[in-house]
Amino acid sequence: MNPGKILLVEDNPDDVALTLRALKSHNITNDVVVAQDGAQALDILFGVNGKGPAATELPAVVLLDLKLPKVNGMEVLQRIRADEGTRLLPVVILTSSDEERDVIEGYSLGANSYVRKPVDFVEFTQAAKQLGLYWLLMNRAPPVPRRP
Amino acid sequence: MALRDWPIQQKLTAMLVSISGLVLLLTAAAFAGYQYWSLRQGTLDALSVRGRIIAANSTASLAFANEADARELLSALRVDPHIVAAVLYDKGGRQFAAYPANVAADAVPAVPGPDGYRFERGLLIGFQPVVVAGSPRLGTLYLASDLRAIYDTFRLSGVIGLAVLGVALLAAYLLSRALQRTISQPILALAETAKAVSTRQDYSVRAPQVGADELGVLTNAFNQMLARIQDQDRAVRENAAQLEQRVADRTHELQERNESLRRNAAELLAANTELDAFAYSVSHDLRAPLRSIDGFSQILLEDYSEKLDDAGRESLQRVRAASQRMGTLIDDLLKLARVTRAEIRTEDVDLSGMAREIVADLQRTTPERQVEFEIAPGLKARGDTRLLRVALDNLLRNSWKYTAKQPAPRVEFRSADANGGRTFMVRDNGAGFDMKYADKLFGVFQRLHSAADFEGTGIGLATVRRIINRHGGRIWAEGAVDQGATFYFTL
Repeated sequence: MNPGKILLVEDNPDDVALTLRALKSHNITNDVVVAQDGAQALDILFGVNGKGPAATELPAVVLLDLKLPKVNGMEVLQRIRADEGTRLLPVVILTSSDEERDVIEGYSLGANSYVRKPVDFVEFTQAAKQLGLYWLLMNRAPPVPRRP
Repeated sequence: MALRDWPIQQKLTAMLVSISGLVLLLTAAAFAGYQYWSLRQGTLDALSVRGRIIAANSTASLAFANEADARELLSALRVDPHIVAAVLYDKGGRQFAAYPANVAADAVPAVPGPDGYRFERGLLIGFQPVVVAGSPRLGTLYLASDLRAIYDTFRLSGVIGLAVLGVALLAAYLLSRALQRTISQPILALAETAKAVSTRQDYSVRAPQVGADELGVLTNAFNQMLARIQDQDRAVRENAAQLEQRVADRTHELQERNESLRRNAAELLAANTELDAFAYSVSHDLRAPLRSIDGFSQILLEDYSEKLDDAGRESLQRVRAASQRMGTLIDDLLKLARVTRAEIRTEDVDLSGMAREIVADLQRTTPERQVEFEIAPGLKARGDTRLLRVALDNLLRNSWKYTAKQPAPRVEFRSADANGGRTFMVRDNGAGFDMKYADKLFGVFQRLHSAADFEGTGIGLATVRRIINRHGGRIWAEGAVDQGATFYFTL
């Protein structure tokens, strides 16, 4: 994966399509890699047999849904924070729910941001645009970790 | 063992035997004294009689100085073994004849003593004058008798007396043993009964009543007392049993109630968990399709606008509006569910400050609305800050919403009690409502206004009521159409 890209972890194809459209309509040109469940996200980040990809291949930000098949969003977040190579990787939880316990658990596990997807598509596009602008352009990415 | 610790039977026997023994001893002593005295007197009398006879017989011998006669006369005393010595003195006081013939000179007085009979040195002696009527004294007869006769008789009497005493004492003992029973038996029976009562707590035993004397009366009274105690004991036991039964019943009842409570709690917990899971699922899953509906409608509007006529675009706008309304509905329902589930943390809440913050938020988000808010200072309550904020937010937002068509909108929040008590009120001069429907205000999905007039989901006031109820308070409303509404609540 090239740097400056977005890893979108989202199982709902409608949400994938809407998110991609929202990002593209605001000229956020970075490539978006989609993982359809938690397991796939982990494969992309750490390799199929657990061997991590080169640190330079990490995305600029992970947009992480919580309710996912196989491995749920919180577990993915835990794995990301537990691994030395991905410890500092910016993770934004982007989900339907704003249940308080999800918000608390998300931040406790080290999420960098928590965004609830609005039902209104206009608002949704606005949110996606701001997320893209912020994490890809404004935010200073963490230094690339040296892997042993 | 001290005398007072003796068994009563022994005491009685000892008492009777000692009394009769004492009586017998006193009697025997008196008898012995009397016998001793009469024996001595008898012996003395007998010796004096004998002395006088011998003196009378010896007048001739003395008068004629016939010594052989005199010795002959004295030797007749042989027949009486108790006579130890006899001497006949002439008128000059010289020994004329003696008995026994070879009596030692110092064993008898050398000269006659004074006349008369007396006890001297363990012997009974006597000096008897030998006289003939009308003549001068011829001489003196001396007689000495030992006291063996007295002692023998006295000893025999003593033995007989002791034997009688022994027999009498034995008889007294046996008799007292038999007689003391009449006294000791009822007492022993009483004691036995009392012991049985105290050791076995058996109040059914009765002491046998023997006679109608004081002991009989005592036994009778004791038995009556026992009967009363038995009755009381039975009553106490019955009471205790009843009490125990009642306690057992109550305990059982409580256990059942506990069990049912536990079941209810478990059911409630299960229901809560289910509601939790449901709400969580709703929160995640129900909104996603709405987003798709709204999103793709918008995409249609954006990308295929020229292929749609006005009616088509209008329809898509309606689809979008509906899905957004449903989104709001879901959000409100989730809020209601959250209010129901949330744990209440009681603390001091500054309601006035809270109201001012809410109003400031309203004015910031909708600066175009000019509503006059009047918030009384110093309103305080105890409750859960977050929940009370939701409630107050709903009430103030409601007033704010329903005064939208009022030219001079005004909302006030203050205490309803003159003395600043615990009843609070939010009053507005907005659209109001018909009191006919007052009871429907707080139902879920109950609306008194059309969505065209005032937007809303009909969940807000239901949420408020649930919060107030969870604080143990009450909420009610007064109002009239177009004359505003007042919401009262207690906490």
